[in-house]
Amino acid sequence: MAVNLKKLVRKEDLLSGGHRACAGCTGANILRQVMLVAGRDTIVGGATGCMEVVTTVYPYTAWKVPYIHTAFENVAATISGVETGFRALKKFGDLPVEREKMNFIAIGGDGGTYDIGLQSLSGAMERGHNMVYICYDNEAYMNTGIQRSSATPFGAHTSTAPAGKVKQGKEQNRKNLTAIMVAHEIPYVAQTTPFHWRDLATKVEKALAVDGPAFLNVLMPCTIGWHFDPAIGMQICKEAVENNFWPLFEVENGKYKINYKPSEKKPKTQLADWMKQQGRFKHLFKPGNEELLVKCQEYVDQEWEKLLKLEVMTAEPESVKTV
Amino acid sequence: MAQNLVALAGNEAVAYAFKQARPHVGSAFPITPQTEMMHKFAEFVANGEVDTEMILVESEHSAMSAAIGSAAAGARTFTATSSAGFALMWEMVYVAASLRLPINMALVNRALSGNINIHCDHSDSMGGRDSGWIQVFCENAQESYDTALMNFRISEHMDVRLPAMTNYDGFIISHTEDALYLLDDDTAYDFIGPYQAKYALLDVENPITVGPLDLTDYYFEHKWSQMEAQKRVFPVAREVMSEFGELTGRSYDFFEEYRLDDADLVMVVLGSSAGTTKDVIDEYRDKGVKVGLLKLRLFRPFPVAEIVKVLAGRKAIAVLDRSASFGGFGGPVFTEIRSALYRQEQTPIHNWIYGLGGRDYDLKQVAEVIEKLQQIAAGEELQEVNLLGIRL
Amino acid sequence: MSLKKASELTEGGIITEAGNASEYKTGDWRTFVPEFVVENCIQCLFCWIYCPDSAIAVDLSGEKPEVTGIILEHCKGCGICAAECPPVKKGKAALVMVREAK
Repeated sequence: MAVNLKKLVRKEDLLSGGHRACAGCTGANILRQVMLVAGRDTIVGGATGCMEVVTTVYPYTAWKVPYIHTAFENVAATISGVETGFRALKKFGDLPVEREKMNFIAIGGDGGTYDIGLQSLSGAMERGHNMVYICYDNEAYMNTGIQRSSATPFGAHTSTAPAGKVKQGKEQNRKNLTAIMVAHEIPYVAQTTPFHWRDLATKVEKALAVDGPAFLNVLMPCTIGWHFDPAIGMQICKEAVENNFWPLFEVENGKYKINYKPSEKKPKTQLADWMKQQGRFKHLFKPGNEELLVKCQEYVDQEWEKLLKLEVMTAEPESVKTV
Repeated sequence: MAQNLVALAGNEAVAYAFKQARPHVGSAFPITPQTEMMHKFAEFVANGEVDTEMILVESEHSAMSAAIGSAAAGARTFTATSSAGFALMWEMVYVAASLRLPINMALVNRALSGNINIHCDHSDSMGGRDSGWIQVFCENAQESYDTALMNFRISEHMDVRLPAMTNYDGFIISHTEDALYLLDDDTAYDFIGPYQAKYALLDVENPITVGPLDLTDYYFEHKWSQMEAQKRVFPVAREVMSEFGELTGRSYDFFEEYRLDDADLVMVVLGSSAGTTKDVIDEYRDKGVKVGLLKLRLFRPFPVAEIVKVLAGRKAIAVLDRSASFGGFGGPVFTEIRSALYRQEQTPIHNWIYGLGGRDYDLKQVAEVIEKLQQIAAGEELQEVNLLGIRL
Repeated sequence: MSLKKASELTEGGIITEAGNASEYKTGDWRTFVPEFVVENCIQCLFCWIYCPDSAIAVDLSGEKPEVTGIILEHCKGCGICAAECPPVKKGKAALVMVREAK
């Protein structure tokens, strides 16, 4: 189970170069890292969105495994069909190549997952298909030009909720999709980022190993939409975890486990410093908007407190005693 | 060939056909009047009469999406819907045809909202006429059963590889007990044959990418390939129908000609209305009026050459549409037939829109059309697009 | 590349050449290019794992995997590799972004 790079590098890179993702796209990197773990006997479905568009521009495909895209709102339903097809063909003895097990991975952005694809995702999780759903969460509709989604955090500037003279970006907090997925009581739900490659690889491994559906929410800083230097995408991931904006945690059969807890006395990064590096929050640092920054911090603190409580609440009784 | 005479509603008859195709996967979401078809099929599954894996989805959009996933995986796949369910599938209906996946679907025709109405008209299927699917309309339970069986063969043929809809009228066919002959399971399955995928996602040793971004440089060429596949339905359908005729004694064609040989006046209808129309035609024939019926079965692809051959030179033609094209020049069947006959002698072709939302199509209405056709044939200038059976 | 005719295409727009995007050169998108300073490389493989473009060349023939340089035909010059290269902190960068002479 122990993941290390010396071992990972010997796995096959199943996403080729030559895809059309922007320079510094952390999303394309997420795909690469996921596929290093998943391996060849994997069928991938993509929702319409950046990662689908940039990897499959006809007549080219960056995918070295079977891949299907059909539409924006339905990747979970599409992969439900593929996965059921596998079980049926196996039962009938009609599989084109004999396999005891195959991996089925559905991939969608936050628009395709939090918003338009939520119904299809919820249905697939409830039906219990053996699939891993991976959301690359870049917190807005990047493929269509940075419109706000229900994953966009409070205060962020987007093209449909811009910062202007009387409005200061998005006026609502983001939806807690990971919690919604936990409420489906599926065997495995987790959050991670591509900077944390060991965490990500371990979580993909666990998600693929469970019998039934699993969901991974992966933070995907977007150099264009968040407006930062393409070289620092991985650092943005690192700091998002350090300041509790995007905690690393997993929920196995209902039990929460936080994988990284920043030091309360001496946190490595502050939320405001992290936000300052991103153009989407620039207006929040103008005089008069101090209150909005406070609100951002309050939301992050509130969610973190909730998570800490959930970890305690769902822990085994013995381990609670030892806490 | 021994066949069993049974009494079944149309939905049950089609469920038998789907069972006999031994599909790997079926996806379904409830909507009236399609529901009983899936109930019957679910019973077959529950009783172990068929090994199909069912995906009981949370919407029709997902029903079609899952069907696409399953067919792309390499599985024989079916689904069914009606009306608003078909409308919710809309986007995916096009994708199924574009990806050339031979999914089979029962479309139990029901009026589209609003206002909400559960009864028959063809507004659901007519909206899908440009989606790239094969569309066949049926008159009764027997024809629905037979068509469902034949559609597997036609759609899965290697020259075709297109999805197919078996259209039958909601309630009028779907819920009405009718006498029909069923093939035994093995004979029906042998007629359809085992499923062969052309490309399969599950063939992980030959990985394919399905559904890429297709821009200005190739999209048009891929649409051409869909157009060509539609054309190849004609010879394939002929071959399948002729083989089916030999097997069962029931022969079918792109359309049925009823007392058409010497007819001066012709009515064109789709679906269950053909039965009522035939009865009134018989009455008028008894009175010496040379009237006949063209019952169109294959609507997509539209058999233009054959239709022109049969309709050219008639004195007056009435095309009946069980759906409206709001703001358009007549209903969709009328537009198509009239356009097909444009280069022919100036046969007057008139349109009657009827039966929307399940409004009864009765003997009086057929008689009204035939009376008008006689006046038109006699040279009277009458309104070209008309409404039938409505209080104005 | 000359475009194929309609009759030469796979039906449904299916692509049968898996991974053929590697034929598409994204290297000319670059303004900056990472220069590999082999003597500073500690072979941590961070550049390889973090690259979004599969553009870090690794020699797997020996007992230990060894980073050997950049696959220039795909490298878009984003600079993630250089930003994540640990020896940078000690002033001995193994990857240095430089403006590319065109």
